[in-house]
Amino acid sequence: MLILHCPNCGVDADETELAPGGQAHLKRFGPGSSDEDFHDYLFARENPRGVHFERWRHAHGCGKWFHAARDTATLEVFATYSAQTTEPPQAVLDAIAARRPGWTWRHES
Amino acid sequence: MSTRIAAHGRLIDRAKSVGFTFNGKPMRGYAGDTLASALLAGDQMVMGRSYKYHRPRGAVASGAEEPNALMGLGEGAKFEPNQRATTTELFEGLTARSQNHWPGLEFDVGAVNGRLSRFLPAGFYYKMFIHPRAFWKHVYEPVIRQAAGLGRVPGGRDADTYEHFHCFTDVLVIGGGVAGLQAARSAAASGASVLVLEQSAHWGGRAPVDGGTVDGAGADDFVRETVAELEAMPNVTLRNRCMGAGVYDHGYALGYERLTDHAPRAGGPRHRLWRIRARRIVTATGAIERPLAFAGNDVPGVMLASAMRDYLVNWAVAPGRRVIVATNNDDAYRTAITLKTSGIDVLRILDARSSGGGALMQEARALGIRIDCGRAIGRVSGGKRVRSVAVCAQEGTGGALEEVECDAVAMSGGWSPVVHLWSHCGGKLIWDEARAHFRPDPERPPRGADGEGFVIPAGAANGELALNGILGDADEAGKTAARGAGFKPARSKAPRGETVEEAPLQPVWLMPRHADAHLRAKAWLDYQNDVKVSDVRLAAQEGYHSVEHTKRYTTLGMATDQGKLSNINGLATLADAIGSEIPQVGTTTFRPPYTPISMGAIAGEARGAIFQPVRRTPMHGWHEANGADWEPVGQWRRPYTYLRDGESQHDAVMREVRNTRQAVGLLDASTLGKLLVKGPDAGRFLDMLYTNMMSTLKPGKCRYGLMCSENGFLIDDGVVARIDEHTFLCHTTTGGAERIHAHMEEWLQTEWWDWQVHVANLTEQFAQVAVVGPDARKLLERLGGMDLSAGAMAFMEWRDGRIAEFDARVYRISFSGELSFEVAVPASQGLAFWEALMDAGREFGVMPYGTEALHVMRAEKGFIMIGDETDGTVIPQDLGLGWAISKKKEDYLGKRAQARPHMTDPTRWKLVGLETVDGAVLPDGAYALAEGVNANGQRNVQGRVTSTYMSPTLGRGIAMGLVLNGPDRMGEVLEFPGTDGKTYQARIVDQVFYDKDGEKQNV
Ligand SMILES: [Zn+2]
Repeated sequence: MLILHCPNCGVDADETELAPGGQAHLKRFGPGSSDEDFHDYLFARENPRGVHFERWRHAHGCGKWFHAARDTATLEVFATYSAQTTEPPQAVLDAIAARRPGWTWRHES
Repeated sequence: MSTRIAAHGRLIDRAKSVGFTFNGKPMRGYAGDTLASALLAGDQMVMGRSYKYHRPRGAVASGAEEPNALMGLGEGAKFEPNQRATTTELFEGLTARSQNHWPGLEFDVGAVNGRLSRFLPAGFYYKMFIHPRAFWKHVYEPVIRQAAGLGRVPGGRDADTYEHFHCFTDVLVIGGGVAGLQAARSAAASGASVLVLEQSAHWGGRAPVDGGTVDGAGADDFVRETVAELEAMPNVTLRNRCMGAGVYDHGYALGYERLTDHAPRAGGPRHRLWRIRARRIVTATGAIERPLAFAGNDVPGVMLASAMRDYLVNWAVAPGRRVIVATNNDDAYRTAITLKTSGIDVLRILDARSSGGGALMQEARALGIRIDCGRAIGRVSGGKRVRSVAVCAQEGTGGALEEVECDAVAMSGGWSPVVHLWSHCGGKLIWDEARAHFRPDPERPPRGADGEGFVIPAGAANGELALNGILGDADEAGKTAARGAGFKPARSKAPRGETVEEAPLQPVWLMPRHADAHLRAKAWLDYQNDVKVSDVRLAAQEGYHSVEHTKRYTTLGMATDQGKLSNINGLATLADAIGSEIPQVGTTTFRPPYTPISMGAIAGEARGAIFQPVRRTPMHGWHEANGADWEPVGQWRRPYTYLRDGESQHDAVMREVRNTRQAVGLLDASTLGKLLVKGPDAGRFLDMLYTNMMSTLKPGKCRYGLMCSENGFLIDDGVVARIDEHTFLCHTTTGGAERIHAHMEEWLQTEWWDWQVHVANLTEQFAQVAVVGPDARKLLERLGGMDLSAGAMAFMEWRDGRIAEFDARVYRISFSGELSFEVAVPASQGLAFWEALMDAGREFGVMPYGTEALHVMRAEKGFIMIGDETDGTVIPQDLGLGWAISKKKEDYLGKRAQARPHMTDPTRWKLVGLETVDGAVLPDGAYALAEGVNANGQRNVQGRVTSTYMSPTLGRGIAMGLVLNGPDRMGEVLEFPGTDGKTYQARIVDQVFYDKDGEKQNV
């Protein structure tokens, strides 16, 4: 029963108000993409024990989507932020790095 | 003999006698008794039989950890099985029945299992039930099912009510013993809001029984004063009879309050589930004494030493007159001293430690109690109660030194902190070598959203077993919790506790240490599931070295008490058997709830009519008053058909179809989803959502559209009307409105967030009526108003206007093949409009029709239905809907997926019509047989029925189905076996059975 702060309406929302939407920052592949790219887009998901980026919808609240960066093992929440971005903002990456020294975002590893 | 004594009894009121029955026998106790203490006072030692061997069992504990004394309480609609007698407060008229025996508690046929125990070893069920297969039907199911199970399932509907409470607090303190009370006081002094939960009816926990002083006064006084102080604080809430049931992510916790179990005539809800959000949680849950593993440690009369002390001090009950105490620590001496000073004979203290204990031992010796050090119980003899004890050397194999006759045994194997609530949300444990127990590891607490530990253990639950240590630890825990919740703790000193200094314990996991196989097979670890030392050793021998595997293989700790008494003894036994150390073996996972909670409390008020809200259209009441036979569709109720006097459901449907096809019918279509999509990019957006082109639709026109998931599968369909340049109204299926709305929002918010489009769900703002049949136009014209002639409004067009006095938007669309107008009016006008149509339609023979007639008519026309022809694996191409898939568009959701190899496979089953050779109705969901068998020996199949109906229009059964190469096999006859034993022959035909050219709808 997580509590996540909805950046759209400002409410600290109980998990019962939220609907999960799986991994964040997927890149959509459409017509013309390779079978492999499309397969990965549709089916391949990260399942880390540790830092993870997720999509959530404040379904029984303001109805808006947002992203959460959190630790799947300790349940620590580093930040919640707008869903309208293709990559985590620098401030979010900094917040994670401060708590998890040595951790890097996918492109940086 | 187990009796009431003159001394003690701090919790009972001897002036108030209370009558109750046990297995129908009238008995009496006192106000303040538990059911267990009252039974013991009446010399009722046997309280039930064990689950597997049906051995007679009595209470071994005095609280929530009790594994044996489970009862069926109450009668009829108030009956509840598996209630612990030790936590059941006595009340006038209580009825209790013991469990797990047939025919009676005293004589039980199933006890023969005990004699067969060597044939029922660990893993028995796994080993036994593999072969032979035929035994399942004739032996295992009927025989074992009969004997298995714990308690009896209640017969009727639960007559009680339940409720949920939602609450927020800065600090939640679980446990109302001295640690919990002190932690609450220290936290509350900072100004933080504090909620304290105590599972029993009494504050103070064990301290008033165990003795000692706090700041010079008795523990009872400290408890009374602290409770009074907390009650006076506005920021503190105290709740007894309320168990902290579970701790979950981010400070969520459940409390389980038993409001009227002790006073069933009080009225109001029986249980209340507290749904709590706390910034910090203090677990002051105490500790539980461990039994000793010796042969016959389950004979009624063998009891935890602390429990025996509780029965004496709290309820003035002596479970025996001649008692033997066995221990590996000093605490059990308190029981011996209490027994002796209450006038009970203590025949021996068998102290497993070769040098015995400390000051408490001296005190016991001074009272004249005989103390034998380095001694153990070899075995306890007795059936329904203790008869004698064979005394042996602890370091031996069990050779008896002497046999002592007695009628009760008090045992103590040391204390284990109650770490359950600490562990529920991931708190880790460390092994404390000196005290031989697991306690919370302060470095690895459960963490909250801020990354900090949010659970703080206090007192005995944190491994502090002496009073002064408990109070100091609790004071610190309360302050830490307040600080963590954002408050500044007040400067204060912890109260000073004084108790007798105790000598160290000596871990004893088997008594005697080298007990032979014969004794090990009678030394119980898990009373409730009948698991013995021998079972765990056998599991280890068979390769079950992981504690989680051993647990499942032997069922150790899997009973309703979740191994509260057996856990540590069991894993110590396993560690010994595999030559490992206890911390390496580790514990099994602690899962909530701490003790079982009622299903009623979990459901709360959500039952019956308010389990789920029912959505009603504006015409719902009219339908109800006119014979509606309801069908649930999502949260809506829709009339399946309207029954007339004496009419069968089938006849009603046939009548409605015929009347609609021949005259005119009305359908309440208000439940169809109506999503308004508006904005400069609305057309572009809908082109991505639908498989066909929507941006080219002209205002005033309608188009049928299909929606697919990104996986390519068909998820919804419906008619889209273009309102103006920037506005579309998308109709969805009844069940799809919310889902499709969310689908649109997801893509708009998370992928195309720069597109200028808004979506609004208008479903409930309009009542919609389908006026269908050859007389549909005549009926609407009788009401008067807008021009609905073919010239003014062609098929697949819509217009705004007025019909009679109603504001109407009319869509000329048809799902039945007939001339049809779907008229939307504001929801507030819905009922009046419907009644006006019924009124004006009388001369045309108008009748309402329900969802089944709708289904029959759409099937006659070969229209698909989402959820019938689709099941989440079907793509539009399977359904011959290629005409509704744009070839021109570069992209739409599902387009790329529909190009994957499996989606373009020519052997995908395709939609066709099916017509039985003899006119019968095909069974729904039946499969078409193919030649040969598959790898499982089942017949191969080549298709299945997706929709099947009796068509009154054609006078025969019609169906649709998905068939291998179906469209290329017109005229072929397939075989469909039904579950009724018959095989149906059906011919593959075109799926449009009625008016293939669409002349009827186009007039
Ligand atoms: Zn929100």
